[in-house]
Amino acid sequence: MKKTLSSGTLLVWFTLMITTVIALFPMYWLFANAFTPITSVPPLTPILVPAFKLDNFERLLVNNKFYSNWMINSLIVGLAVTAWHIFFDTLAGYAFAKKNFPFRNVFFWLILSTLMIPIHVTFIPLYIINRELGLIDSLWALILPGTANAFGIFLMRQYIQTLPSELEDAARIDGCNEIGVFWNVILPLSAPAVAALAIFTFVRSWNDFLWPVIALNKPQNYTLTVGVANMQGEFMTDWGIIFSGAALAALPMIIFFLLFQKYFLEGVRMGALKG
Amino acid sequence: MTAIRKFIRQHGWSYAFILPSMTTFTVFVLIPVFWSFIISFQRYSLARGGVWLDPFYANYERAFTMLGGIFVTAIRNTIVYSIFTVTTNILVGLILASLIQPLSHRLRTFFRAAYYLPAVTSAIIVGMTWAYIFNGQWGFANYILRLLGFAPLRWISDPDLALGSVTLSAMLTIPATAVVLYSAAMGAIPTEYYEAAEIDGANAIRKWWHITVPLIKSTTLYLVVLYTIASFEVFERIYIMVPSGVGNSTQTIVTQIYNNGFKDFNFGVASAQAFVLFIIIAGIAVFQFRALRSDVEY
Repeated sequence: MKKTLSSGTLLVWFTLMITTVIALFPMYWLFANAFTPITSVPPLTPILVPAFKLDNFERLLVNNKFYSNWMINSLIVGLAVTAWHIFFDTLAGYAFAKKNFPFRNVFFWLILSTLMIPIHVTFIPLYIINRELGLIDSLWALILPGTANAFGIFLMRQYIQTLPSELEDAARIDGCNEIGVFWNVILPLSAPAVAALAIFTFVRSWNDFLWPVIALNKPQNYTLTVGVANMQGEFMTDWGIIFSGAALAALPMIIFFLLFQKYFLEGVRMGALKG
Repeated sequence: MTAIRKFIRQHGWSYAFILPSMTTFTVFVLIPVFWSFIISFQRYSLARGGVWLDPFYANYERAFTMLGGIFVTAIRNTIVYSIFTVTTNILVGLILASLIQPLSHRLRTFFRAAYYLPAVTSAIIVGMTWAYIFNGQWGFANYILRLLGFAPLRWISDPDLALGSVTLSAMLTIPATAVVLYSAAMGAIPTEYYEAAEIDGANAIRKWWHITVPLIKSTTLYLVVLYTIASFEVFERIYIMVPSGVGNSTQTIVTQIYNNGFKDFNFGVASAQAFVLFIIIAGIAVFQFRALRSDVEY
């Protein structure tokens, strides 16, 4: 009895270990290569322990004059889209959660139904609209459509529904108007959900690829994902540059995750989409 | 007049609060969806705009017949990719969540975080790391094959292997969302159920099969829909792992939409193909909800 139990436990631990290795190995190997000086093709015997040298990163920033542009572009788009969603998703979520107005459910389901639509359906008209407005190849072409995402409104509505209404009423008695109630009561009380929303929105924006690759043309206007994907062709002979470019693009999100793990996993539980 | 004023006083703020969001949804989602539907029946050029086609379904016909029916191949590839990926992801997610459930809180958090870590990086970067593993020259997969005494393979440059390699990479990607959501669902099952089963003498596997699995069925339903939709929309992994497409062997629905729409600027056909994707996804969602709903309720 005891013997079968321990071999079962052994199997469990073996499975957990092997899947952890499978989960982390591809990313680990990328970083091991990025931190080991490689100026042409990687060696046939894989580099499993990095040399902890920054040579590749130095060459990346010297030879690829746009890399810092890409990082700044991704940052600008990410921050702008996140700021929009923090403020306006909470505002709309508040109205949908606490207010009773004609056609409320129609509007809510209209927004929610867009979660089911494959986003690819919108790309051709989006391209035509942005081209008419002269926004193609600018960051506006990413920021403006980035404001239309239903996840945050849904998330904030679910969260604000759980807040007690007494505090709002008390603020109204104290003479707050509706904006005041939102700003002084709802927004501060929603902080935990706002944190999850902000993190998810920023990560989604940072990792976005298909629309940016359509909307951006000139290398200096690329976001990080588009730039890194294009490096594959451009630096064919110097893999060190490609590895370090990919690693440096992934690094901010990995650090972000290690710092705010709790909110990530909480966000997944609250109905996030990826992974 | 007073009725209008009263209505505004009563509901004005509510509409003002949803107005910004409703505006961006209208401009950037709802109008584009309807417009795309219209373009799917037109010949559209950026210079001259849209011209209605005769017969009206010409783009849909062309979508399936052009270039020797490559779109049909793309749909077939997408289905193959999806069946293998979704089945594996759901099973692996269920098994891993079950295995970490009895562990301590700290260990459970550790494994969930380890599984989730790769999911926070872009699909493009994840795809790049797999492309390196499958590199024909210096890739890790061929290193292993050489160690075991086998001949190296051209994993992602051989038309017969490329789709399989991309699918394998997706199957080997730990389904982090599934682990986290299954884990949360299992944590919510009342312990009395298990205690009652123990009195009846059920072992761990029987308890798992007769209590855990049925009680988390709504999570399974949600995850199957989520993963199926995601895998039908696969693009980045293919784009970055197999940029050339090695013939047509790794074309999928979305790579077809992208190629027709933004390489050849054939907006009509690309819109028609996007709506085919739309219909397929809506169909899958309805079918899966029906199928899993109609089963036994607990």
